[in-house]
Amino acid sequence: MNEQLRRHMASTAFIIGFFLLWEALCWMFGISDIVVPKPSQIFVTLVERMPALWPHTLQTLYTTLVGFAFGIVIGILLGMLIGSSRLAYDVAYPLLVGFASIPKVAVVPIFVLWFGSGTVPAILTAMIMSIFPIVVNVATGLATTEPELEDVMRALRASKLDILWNVGLPRTMPYFFASLKVAVTLAFVGTVISETVASNRGIGNVMMIASSNFDVPLVFAGLLILAVLGVALYAVFSFIESRITGWAHRKDEFAMG
Amino acid sequence: MSSLIHAETPPRSESFVELEHVTLTYGRGEKQIAALGLTDLRIKPGEFVALVGPSGCGKSTILKLVTGLLKATSGYVYVAGREIGAEPVRVGMAFQNPTMLPWLTVRDNVMLPLKIVPPFRQEYRAKFKTEFRDRADALLKEVGLANFGDKHPWQLSGGMLQRASLCRALVHEPQLLMLDEPFGALDQFTREELWAVMQELWMKLKPTVLLVTHDLKEAGYLANRICVMRTRPGQIIDDAEVPFPRPRTIEMSYTPTFVSMTQRLRELIVSERPVKETL
Repeated sequence: MNEQLRRHMASTAFIIGFFLLWEALCWMFGISDIVVPKPSQIFVTLVERMPALWPHTLQTLYTTLVGFAFGIVIGILLGMLIGSSRLAYDVAYPLLVGFASIPKVAVVPIFVLWFGSGTVPAILTAMIMSIFPIVVNVATGLATTEPELEDVMRALRASKLDILWNVGLPRTMPYFFASLKVAVTLAFVGTVISETVASNRGIGNVMMIASSNFDVPLVFAGLLILAVLGVALYAVFSFIESRITGWAHRKDEFAMG
Repeated sequence: MSSLIHAETPPRSESFVELEHVTLTYGRGEKQIAALGLTDLRIKPGEFVALVGPSGCGKSTILKLVTGLLKATSGYVYVAGREIGAEPVRVGMAFQNPTMLPWLTVRDNVMLPLKIVPPFRQEYRAKFKTEFRDRADALLKEVGLANFGDKHPWQLSGGMLQRASLCRALVHEPQLLMLDEPFGALDQFTREELWAVMQELWMKLKPTVLLVTHDLKEAGYLANRICVMRTRPGQIIDDAEVPFPRPRTIEMSYTPTFVSMTQRLRELIVSERPVKETL
């Protein structure tokens, strides 16, 4: 426990130190607000403009979570298909890799063409950003399941569905959650890209307008909001991960509870 | 004098497990490897049969054929009078490795067959916190793991896991029990201890058992009948009954009759070993 407390304190001190250093460098070199605003200034802007920023924050969060949820569902289904069938693996993998290599900025205009600007293309962009890591990890988890564990089930005359449900999926959970942590941050990137290009709501849009007005502190305030949201969701999924897949990390509290 | 009475092949109607002209080959064409030559084997209900022989002689192959993990290239495998796969028989299996599912507690691992195998499967939701749980705990207690049900597999030693694995093989009261060298990776003392546990459980539940082992003493201690196999192609070359009364003890394995029996088996295996070509 003491060890843990010390680690927490060290990381908190480091984060505070980072912002203090930033502030100090801005003062020392007299850097203009238009180029890099001081953290104190960003913070003041954030507090002052919060009533206006809040609905946009909620919009971005909502869009990201909806897109992410779709990404999870489709990602798991695709991953299960690719991971449990050799044929699907051979057929779908090159396509998937090709699709993942496309810069998503290039896809947003197509979504806008189909669905108009606003929330829908943002949700779709968040979704396609988050699918790839989930598919790859779920497929890897399933494909690397030890045949011995499957034999235990097959000796009991278990059906394929039984094996998938009782061995394949639990075995894949650590891979799945590892991918969720990456995917949720990617989903934010997707949302903001789409909001920047084609939306009149959301943090991405706010930052776009602010930068064209040279309101740099507001741009940075937007970045800060995104960073905080990203860290918060990452933490949420880390927590769920440690509860569900503690066996893979051999956590003592998991063993007892 | 020989202490061994050669087993009579039981008539078909009486046998619980039957291999009829079974062969198994891996691969195709030039690279074909015959894992199992023409094999016939009949096992009566409640018999405890041990398969011994050099490594690579197809002992485990026979086990996997009877469990349905492998399909015969030719011939037929019957269990309870029906072809393998369709028979309404409860099968339990213990492997050389404990193969516990690492995300489940030891108790949940032991209860796994109850979750899968009918008729328990239908009642699992209703009883997994009461009757089934007690049943798993009772078995764990019997193998000396009374307080380990809530632990996870990585918290137990290899020998403890192997005991838990035996519990898992027995929890659904299988009519057919397949043991694939389950004691092979254990130290001598743990092994002998588990033989006694195994014998006790067998005498109580009387399943039909097929045990694969390298250990002739183990075969003599546990089995009613020992089948010796030779390699390339794998084939049963000797089939003899073990006449010692139950319950057997470790002391029994030092008696002259026991020793001469294991010696005879040993010589059989050695003499049938493929001759190494000298340079």
